[in-house]
Amino acid sequence: MANAATHDHHDHAHHAPQGFFQRWVMSTNHKDIGTLYLIFSLTMFFIGGAFAMVIRAELFKPGMQLVQPYFFNEMTTMHALVMIFGAIMPSFVGLANWMIPLMVGAPDMALPRMNNLSFWIMPFAFTLLLGTLFMPGGGPAGGWTMYPPLSLQGESIAYVVFAVHLMGISSIMGAINIIATILNMRAPGMDLLKMPVFVWSWLITAFLLIAVMPVLAGAVTMLLTDKYFHTNFFNAAGGGDPVLYQHIFWFFGHPEVYIMILPAFGIISEIIPTFARKPIFGYRAMVFAIASIAFLSFIVWAHHMFAVGLPMGAEIFFMYATMLIAVPTGVKVFNWVSTMWGGSMTFETPMLFSIAFVILFTIGGFSGLMLALAPADFQYHDTYFVVAHFHYVLVTGAAFSIMAAAYYWLPKWSGHMYNETWGKIHFWSSVISVNVLFFPQHFLGLAGMPRRIPDYNVAFANFNMISSIGGFWFGASQLIFLGVVVHCVFFSKKKAADRSWEGAKGLEWTVPSPAPHHTFDVPPVIHDDELAHGNTDH
Amino acid sequence: MALSGGVAMANPEPDQLNMTKGAAEWSPYGMHMVALWVCVVIGIVVFGAMFVAMFRFRKSRGAVAEKWSHSTKLEIVWTVIPVIILIFLAKLATGGLTSFADTTGSEMTIKVTGYQWKWRYDYVEYKGKPVDRVGFMSKLEESSDRTRQLKSNLDPDKIQVDGYKTYLLDVDKPLVVPVGTKIRFIIVGGDVIHSWWVPALGWKMDAIPGIANSAWTKLKEPGVYRGQCAELCGQDHGFMPIVVKAVPKAEFDQWLATQQDEAKVQQAAQTAQANPATAPQG
Ligand code: HEM
Ligand SMILES: [Cu+2]
Ligand SMILES: [Cu+2]
Repeated sequence: MANAATHDHHDHAHHAPQGFFQRWVMSTNHKDIGTLYLIFSLTMFFIGGAFAMVIRAELFKPGMQLVQPYFFNEMTTMHALVMIFGAIMPSFVGLANWMIPLMVGAPDMALPRMNNLSFWIMPFAFTLLLGTLFMPGGGPAGGWTMYPPLSLQGESIAYVVFAVHLMGISSIMGAINIIATILNMRAPGMDLLKMPVFVWSWLITAFLLIAVMPVLAGAVTMLLTDKYFHTNFFNAAGGGDPVLYQHIFWFFGHPEVYIMILPAFGIISEIIPTFARKPIFGYRAMVFAIASIAFLSFIVWAHHMFAVGLPMGAEIFFMYATMLIAVPTGVKVFNWVSTMWGGSMTFETPMLFSIAFVILFTIGGFSGLMLALAPADFQYHDTYFVVAHFHYVLVTGAAFSIMAAAYYWLPKWSGHMYNETWGKIHFWSSVISVNVLFFPQHFLGLAGMPRRIPDYNVAFANFNMISSIGGFWFGASQLIFLGVVVHCVFFSKKKAADRSWEGAKGLEWTVPSPAPHHTFDVPPVIHDDELAHGNTDH
Repeated sequence: MALSGGVAMANPEPDQLNMTKGAAEWSPYGMHMVALWVCVVIGIVVFGAMFVAMFRFRKSRGAVAEKWSHSTKLEIVWTVIPVIILIFLAKLATGGLTSFADTTGSEMTIKVTGYQWKWRYDYVEYKGKPVDRVGFMSKLEESSDRTRQLKSNLDPDKIQVDGYKTYLLDVDKPLVVPVGTKIRFIIVGGDVIHSWWVPALGWKMDAIPGIANSAWTKLKEPGVYRGQCAELCGQDHGFMPIVVKAVPKAEFDQWLATQQDEAKVQQAAQTAQANPATAPQG
């Protein structure tokens, strides 16, 4: 009976189900699913990282020493796909799962079973994607952007397309869940403009996801039918247009890069006020900036295509629109600095990663601004300058924010404090090595080294070697991260307080550490001054 | 300078830090430098403020957090100032785009076709007259090709032309062009998408199947200008370099005449070969 099905018998006990299978595979609990997402993305981070090590090893010096060029291309393609769809995006979803209900005072996500499904699709999608590496003909080797006609030469395209469809379904379901939770499940008194910036950033990101994942699905489906069903969407010989694919892809792709940075903005906006012991500067402007960046992200896609020979009017439009993004992005950076100004700062690991984020993300923004100037982009485009740009925004931006978040909320998740000394060692090792790794790539690009090449002229030798050394060092540093997390969860003796950080505000710090299996069964009573940014009336 | 003639730093140099000024009339170098300095100055201000904050407002120095968290005036300031800077940059960049888009008044047309993994150059028109069948393939030169094989154990440093180390940046047959001549390029893709890029010319342009892109250059000085394919085009994407050899006009005219003659001779031979009676096959 339909009626009976809606009447679940909830286990209201404050402990998790006993069996491993029951607890993890059948889970509908936002915290357990959040944990699954986080473990999954950390695994993918190491797999994608291993691919990067292959790339940097081959590029260590001129000449081909380790792998065939085709395999090199498989590595660059897989590295990007795994990092974007496997590491960065799922870890943000994991953080959303864990923290959004705790931050808005909801007992769980709005759609717990769909939540289970969104997660469990991911391992299948990635098994399929990674499995192509072991198939005859190899994995995808046309770059993560999958431009036809090249991508259609690969034999693995059907698998990749199916994997992308699965990831898209997972993301869309996750996004629906997040929107439903935020809009419907807030505790009384948690007005929209009292929500933590992290929750705001995810609300906006979720709309971006719903808007663009279907576009990607459409683009790759057209690849599939072009390859196997004799359509000619992108086939010039059949009246199609290869550039059409690029327009569709980047209509997805540019919002996608903001999907990977807006939640990071949210995280940083939580952490800096905590360790500056001062509320976020200009809360409303911060929210408005995120919303305007999200809007602008839909009208700048062709800045990835300045060299495809667009009409001049189009180049001018996309150039101006792209430059505009620097304005709200600038507001965010200035406001973070103002939050620190006049504060009372301490520098625990989450704060260190956040400060590094602000500086290094801004460097990525600077190169972004330079890339936005179309005539200069005729030089920069598809060189290592672009590689440096997007790694500054993605590694020292998105990935650093995730690490900051992990250190920040680990005490709440595990009930223990991580080892601060080792956390700081991880930070310093990462922040130095990541600059050794990526800063010289600006020089390489400006000097004329194209991206996605397995070998290069000897003029590029020194900076490549430096970059590779930084790469191995950065990769090794992440093993420290793994060690700190494992130690914190399983071995640390230091109990975390409910309010694990002196300056921490917000509902998540009012529940015990570790957060019990069920929280906020009864909606909390909200006192404005307990919220990190609650007091927004001036 | 260890360059085979031409403009200093037009080709990649060891430990080169910055973009080349290029060897052509149109160059984005100036705009690049303006944008770079704008970023450096903003960076110094913002990061400077951050470091001052990190020093002055530490808890360990006894700093007590202030209560304010808003200032509309400040927010307007740091919205308006960036907008002004951007307008200035946009104006500069629009000028660059407009001059780049203007291919009128060209004295020569060359068609560039990208193939997996070589380039084809066809001379279409010169000084208002069609060029008769001058065209050739241009691909990675042989010693680089041998050296770049997996585990070849050959030394890339050994490959040199006039003291310039040309590993992966040299071809069997370069594109020869005259200096001081506005050359229009028609760029297309023969199979997949490639991108024709010589940093000394200041731009790259995608070579796309089914689309004829155009771009132009006017080289200021004779020299050998090297570049590479800049759009991933399959396994040997890293191994399809571009070499443009710019020569004085007179020399170019002579070169073109020789090519045209050769083409004629070749054509005659081909017609002969096509006739089975006169060309017995072994
Ligand atoms: C001030 C803000 C930004 C501006 C103006 C900007 C501008 C650009 C431009 C013009 C390109 C194309 C360069 C080229 O291919 O020639 C580009 C590439 C890219 N950007 Fe940004 N960007 C900004 C921020 C970001 C952020 C926040 C992210 C991600 C977190 C990001 C990720 C990327 C990626 C992944 C690419 C390379 C895509 C590819 O070709 O595979 N960017 N950016
Ligand atoms: Cu973009
Ligand atoms: Cu190529």
